[in-house]
Amino acid sequence: MDLVQLQRQLVDYRTSLYHEGFLDEQFTQLQSLQDENNPDFVVEVVSLFFEDSERLLNELSKALEQQVIDFKRMDAQVHQLKGSSSSIGAHRVQKLCIVFRNYCEAQNVEGCLKCLQQVKHEYGIIKTKLESMFQLEQQILNAGGSIPV
Amino acid sequence: MVMAASETKFHVLAVDDTLIDRKLIEKLLKTSSYQVTAVDSGTKALEFLGLNNNDHHDVEVNLIITDYCMPGMTGYDLLRKIKESSSFKDIPVVTMSSDNIPSRINRCLEDGAEEFFLKPVQLSDVNKLRPHLMKRRTQTNVNKRKSMDEIVSPDRARARYNELEVK
Repeated sequence: MDLVQLQRQLVDYRTSLYHEGFLDEQFTQLQSLQDENNPDFVVEVVSLFFEDSERLLNELSKALEQQVIDFKRMDAQVHQLKGSSSSIGAHRVQKLCIVFRNYCEAQNVEGCLKCLQQVKHEYGIIKTKLESMFQLEQQILNAGGSIPV
Repeated sequence: MVMAASETKFHVLAVDDTLIDRKLIEKLLKTSSYQVTAVDSGTKALEFLGLNNNDHHDVEVNLIITDYCMPGMTGYDLLRKIKESSSFKDIPVVTMSSDNIPSRINRCLEDGAEEFFLKPVQLSDVNKLRPHLMKRRTQTNVNKRKSMDEIVSPDRARARYNELEVK
């Protein structure tokens, strides 16, 4: 695939992520903060999001396996996940976290379990999509091109 | 460290327990040409300011921006501590939160926060900081000129110590 095609593919891919509600304007803001002084800013922040999310999702899974479920602690963890997903513009994950918090507050185990599954699912999707997008960007850079805004 | 007022960049102390948000706020502030120190707790913020020791602080912080929800000392607790401190009560404090809770917002504003930003913080929010900083700078320069005059004689120095509030 030549450079122009790659660039077009990237633009289309990014646009679809916004249209399908995977990303929101916050991601655009992240990109606008990236510059020559910080050329890897977006990748760095998103990587932090991946690390954070995986840790929190693990902890939430463990929490729901306990005999006595600590809903307060779970709520704090979902709050963290909501915060970091909102900070990078991971829209669907953020929205699910809001629902998840409501179940924590209501101390509804079934609801929490279902939500956790949904969050894991959505997280998996956005992770794959962002990684694909970064790969495309890298291909463009390797081909000597620049990333279209 | 010399106590000369830096006429170039304002120094902002950012407080947030999440790494992602610290990174973000730091970038937003640096993009707006502020010098930034980012810490991960209210306790560290107070240490940085020198509030925990009785020596005259030797860092100049022009504004503090803090997350509300933090383990241990919340952003609100930090706000109160700053505002109750004779040395630091004039430093403008801005609070931020990912939760939109009107009672929380009002409480912070009523107890001395200049602004309350909803997360994720935008560049347009950071632009709102400048007026608060410019206003203080004018005030600080007036105060600094006064205290520099007082260093001249021992009698004047004694008068200064008498003015310091004993906590």
